[in-house]
Amino acid sequence: MTKQDIIKPENLVYGKTKVLTDNIMHYCPGCSHGVIHKLIAEVIEEMGIQEKTIGIAPVGCSVFAYNYFDIDMQEAAHGRAPALATAVKRLMPDKVVFTYQGDGDLAAIGTAETIHACNRGENIVIFFVNNGIYGMTGGQMAPTTLEGMKTATCPYGRNTDMYGFPLRISDLLKEIDGTCYVTRQSVHKTASIVRAKKAIRKAFQNSIDGKGTSVVEFVSHCNTNWKMTPVQSNAWMEEHMFAKYPLGDLKDTPKKRFDEINHL
Amino acid sequence: MAKFKGAVVVDTERCKGCGLCVAACPSKVLGLASQVNAKGYNYAEMVTEDCVGCCSCGYVCPDACISVYKVTL
Ligand SMILES: Cc1ncc(C[n+]2csc(CCOP(=O)(O)OP(=O)(O)O)c2C)c(N)n1
Ligand code: SF4
Ligand code: SF4
Ligand code: SF4
Ligand SMILES: [Mg+2]
Repeated sequence: MTKQDIIKPENLVYGKTKVLTDNIMHYCPGCSHGVIHKLIAEVIEEMGIQEKTIGIAPVGCSVFAYNYFDIDMQEAAHGRAPALATAVKRLMPDKVVFTYQGDGDLAAIGTAETIHACNRGENIVIFFVNNGIYGMTGGQMAPTTLEGMKTATCPYGRNTDMYGFPLRISDLLKEIDGTCYVTRQSVHKTASIVRAKKAIRKAFQNSIDGKGTSVVEFVSHCNTNWKMTPVQSNAWMEEHMFAKYPLGDLKDTPKKRFDEINHL
Repeated sequence: MAKFKGAVVVDTERCKGCGLCVAACPSKVLGLASQVNAKGYNYAEMVTEDCVGCCSCGYVCPDACISVYKVTL
């Protein structure tokens, strides 16, 4: 059997989802952002929610996310995506609303918006891409940068006496009563991609079911600013990032509801 | 036991030559071409006919360049 006999429409088992536009993404070759975009788009297609999903794009490398998802999207000011998502969801409760944010956006300038949207238990999904660095602006230290990790603003490695410790913000968010689902995933291998996709689907379903805020963190790489190839970055991430940011579900329970609370 | 045969088509103009698909293929089917696309990237291509249609390359590709085809023999 020749290649030509196999390459026929009826034999297609995997291809680009229609929820991604044909625009070529501006991300560096091998960047985790592309894989994560693709998985979110695939889940939107599989759940049949393209017409009712609204995404909020951040500031960071994924600032142009709205060019790649074929859904309605809004651009938020740096760190403010959860506040904008709150407004969109409350005005249009029938829509499925998600934010897409980097670690600089979500865990530095937007920490307050993140915590308070979660604390209000907004029925939104927060996708959090943690590559331990400010990718877009040239690789500066982020709150999530590992101890000893070299960046443009800590060229000798992050000194915790001077700059504090890597912030495990998902561990904070799981303690908040408004979140229903907090999970940490990665997209560096086929098996992890399959798990990450299930987590994305669950998060969207929670939002549709009104269970509260779902947070899906993706431990990711920024090969350009880490100054490695994409394949090396994935290996470095496995070896170093997963020790500080272990994968798996941190929380999976519905938020507390007012009608279940013992009134005083 | 059912045996599968697969083949992939790479959208060579979308491809950025990142090499993730090459590393992910369990059957070592893929390689980067010596030719480049319009953007100057050495795009991915099949270098052997041993594809089993497992889709690993498609899953890991950040730029959604890969279509996988599969038949049961
Ligand atoms: C109000 C404001 N402050 C600072 C900046 C500069 N700035 C742009 S992106 C960014 C950090 C992005 O890092 P991250 O959210 O981790 O995204 P990544 O690029 O790593 O995906 C900063 C500080 C800005 N655009 N606006
Ligand atoms: S700078 Fe880093 S995060 Fe940004 S696109 Fe390049 S690899 Fe990805
Ligand atoms: S489908 Fe599987 S076997 Fe075929 S090229 Fe892709 S990874 Fe390799
Ligand atoms: S993973 Fe995608 S972009 Fe990277 S080399 Fe393979 S086909 Fe090209
Ligand atoms: Mg970042």
